[in-house]
Amino acid sequence: MSSNNLNLTLKVWKQKNSQDKGQFETYQVKDISDEMSFLEMFDVLNEKLIAEGKEPVTFDHDCREGICGACSMYIDGKPHGPWLANTVCQLHMRAYKDGDTVTVEPWRANAFPVIKDLMVDRSAFDRIIQAGGYISVNTGNAQDANNIPIEKQLADDSFAAAACIGCGACVAACKNSSAMLFLSAKVSHLALLPQGAIERKTRVLNMIAQMDAEGFGACTNTGACEAVCPKEISLTNIARLNQEYLLAGLTAEK
Amino acid sequence: MLNSKIPSGPLAEKWTEFKGHCKLVNPANKRKLEIIVVGTGLAGASAASSLGELGYKVKAFCFQDSPRRAHSIAAQGGINAAKNYQNDGDSVFRLFYDTIKGGDYRAREANVHRLAEVSGNIIDQCVAAGVPFAREYGGLLSNRSFGGTQVQRTFYAAGQTGQQLLIGAYQSLERQVALGNVDMYARHEMLDIVIIDGKARGIIARNLVTGKLERHFGHAILLCTGGYGNVFYLSTNAMGSNVTAAWKAHLKGAYFGNPCFTQIHPTCIPVSGDHQSKLTLMSESLRNDGRIWVPKKQNDNRRPNEIPEEERDYYLERRYPAFGNLVPRDVASRAAKERCDAGYGVGSSKQAVYLDYADAIHRYGKGEVNKRNLHNVSEEEVVKLGKEVVKEKYGNLFDMYEKITGENPYEVPMRIYPAVHYTMGGLWVDYELMTTVVGLYCLGEANFSDHGANRLGASALMQGLADGYFVIPYTMGNYLADDIMTKAIPTDHPAFVEAEKAVADRINRLMNIKGKQTVESMHKRLGKIMWEKCGMARNEAGLKEAIVEIQALKKEFWRDIRIPGSIEEMNPELDKANRVADFIELGELMCLDALNRRESCGGHFREESQTEEGEAKRNDEEFSYVAAWQYAGEHQWQLHKEALNFEVAKPTQRSYK
Repeated sequence: MSSNNLNLTLKVWKQKNSQDKGQFETYQVKDISDEMSFLEMFDVLNEKLIAEGKEPVTFDHDCREGICGACSMYIDGKPHGPWLANTVCQLHMRAYKDGDTVTVEPWRANAFPVIKDLMVDRSAFDRIIQAGGYISVNTGNAQDANNIPIEKQLADDSFAAAACIGCGACVAACKNSSAMLFLSAKVSHLALLPQGAIERKTRVLNMIAQMDAEGFGACTNTGACEAVCPKEISLTNIARLNQEYLLAGLTAEK
Repeated sequence: MLNSKIPSGPLAEKWTEFKGHCKLVNPANKRKLEIIVVGTGLAGASAASSLGELGYKVKAFCFQDSPRRAHSIAAQGGINAAKNYQNDGDSVFRLFYDTIKGGDYRAREANVHRLAEVSGNIIDQCVAAGVPFAREYGGLLSNRSFGGTQVQRTFYAAGQTGQQLLIGAYQSLERQVALGNVDMYARHEMLDIVIIDGKARGIIARNLVTGKLERHFGHAILLCTGGYGNVFYLSTNAMGSNVTAAWKAHLKGAYFGNPCFTQIHPTCIPVSGDHQSKLTLMSESLRNDGRIWVPKKQNDNRRPNEIPEEERDYYLERRYPAFGNLVPRDVASRAAKERCDAGYGVGSSKQAVYLDYADAIHRYGKGEVNKRNLHNVSEEEVVKLGKEVVKEKYGNLFDMYEKITGENPYEVPMRIYPAVHYTMGGLWVDYELMTTVVGLYCLGEANFSDHGANRLGASALMQGLADGYFVIPYTMGNYLADDIMTKAIPTDHPAFVEAEKAVADRINRLMNIKGKQTVESMHKRLGKIMWEKCGMARNEAGLKEAIVEIQALKKEFWRDIRIPGSIEEMNPELDKANRVADFIELGELMCLDALNRRESCGGHFREESQTEEGEAKRNDEEFSYVAAWQYAGEHQWQLHKEALNFEVAKPTQRSYK
């Protein structure tokens, strides 16, 4: 049954805009129900701040059901907080005890500049997709869908990679701010399917070049990304990416 | 007055006939024509990419930080198509008929037939673009069944079908961005339509990061901005989902069609307290295998597992033996409300019913035992095997339920209750998807056209992609072919200047109220009025009260809200205030429409109009029409009626018994 007795101390990163240096602010929240989501606890905080004539905390969020990938808080040193395979919006307050202090920061990566407070600019991910994260097929008279039979296991593996929500937790968790898990999920999703295999060489080369141009770091296979991924995207995707990259590098014509 | 431009000829040939004769724009001229697409969910992303491929110059706008986050992404269960891959008697006609009947005979036959015709193309297109739908061991696509139908025509990708379809459309869109055919404006919100010489010619958009207003010209404008369920505050919509773009268009002359048609989805996680910011859907696909029940005794406080089989009331199976747990959403929602109102609800709030998987787990477990040829298997082992099967089919939904409620649905039945999910109403459009403003189109959930008074499951994804991939690329030619001599209008044209000034004035006015109440608290109050008086059941007295209350709330809002921060910065409270101000005005129109429609149909249940068994009772003599409302000044609307003619699917009392 629910209880409404959590009193917490929040240390939250406040930064007016991308130029501002930023600093931690400390807030108290009282009478938080353990049935609330973490973001609803922030709603309570913001309502209180507005009532007091203060600036609320800005953060990205939208669907609040763990699928849009907008929410992005770094909570006590972990992207998306303490629960495994979870987004911030699905984190609920029963994860905390009365009297806890919780530290909340934005994703920190050069390629994700802070817009305000906990909100960052992740448009670099869109540009990586633009570099080749698609199958070049126009809308029109595609052949009947069942004319392309696909082995169930391949389809399942492709789906598991395509489940990536593009939140950027993998980048935030990585000491090098590498985007390899994100990129490998897209390369795997498409390369595993016969429809996507045709462009596999140019795709992987162009997407990696774009990732480098955006300022993401290199991968050293520590697996921090996989550990925090809300959709449990597997590290084997990075292995597949490396294989795709090598193959493309050896055999591509340019 | 209202010309729906439905082509003449037999129903099944209208679309073919239209495509054969609609005007074309030659490739050289396409390069000179600019199109604005607002919203990048399934409808917007598929339209923007398809039009970019055709060679038009496209600008696409979304308020999210990336088009990949549009709320189409949250659709769980699936997408319908009349492929008849299962050989179970499906056809274009059946999909058409089920959709018309499911919509309680309040949708346009011609539009719905076209939707059914292109449904198969959508699946082909999505597979070609790499959408990883669920497959069988033979490598072919898998199907499941959904409410309101007796065939298996739903394609799916676990419980993440919307995500996979949106990612497919998003990737096509990003490809067009890379090719230079589409310019993408993320974190931008449309705040007005610019009309020049009676035609939509541009928009005023606000860059949400800098707060600056921008002017954008287009030969034509497409609104693909989704539904307005958040007028109820609590809904399954994303926090940012809003009516603003459609509402601005309405104020500039676009009629609003059937605003009161709202879908209350039967299987959502119940409200847990006042802090609740949104509600979470549990896919309708769960009704394939789960059984819905309440105790036979009122106010039964026993735990579900302590209530023996004979003391459970499987009320959907009891009332609707033919469709059972797979009745359409409106029917299932009302039945749940009826049981809870009568005192049979469960959980601490008593506003919930059980969705139970115990039977399904047992059945699947037995199936596995047979498949694996096991012998002397204990009951625990059967249950374990069954849970594995259920996990594969619905694992992500079960996980989500556990995260939110802290209860394990593999062990105890889920508690569910209906919640606002989708809006069938929207901007009125003709067969070509053009609104009553020339050059302004509306696609997807934002328009009113295909679902009548109730949408069947797995039809929203179908409609969004049908409109964007396969309808608009044809129908736009009819308008743009006559517009090829129009040069791009410079954005210093007085109409742009005036529109921008009006937007800036409104923002200044909002910021200068400097009152005491938060936008959120006002939104909650609006939602409460709407839910109680224009929700699952409506009556004349309640609707009249609601209109008075909403008018008062509007005055209070404009007198007493407090928005922190400033205009020229990222300011989510200001964005929200802009949206809530529009929701308040829309709420009034919804109540007015519900008041006018003195019949029950689909999701619109007027208590005064029900059968002896408590089912929705239509009044075809008086209300077989689309209510298209024209804005005529504050609190004033004029009603226009588009008569609905059913040549093929003759209206009957819907029966799912």
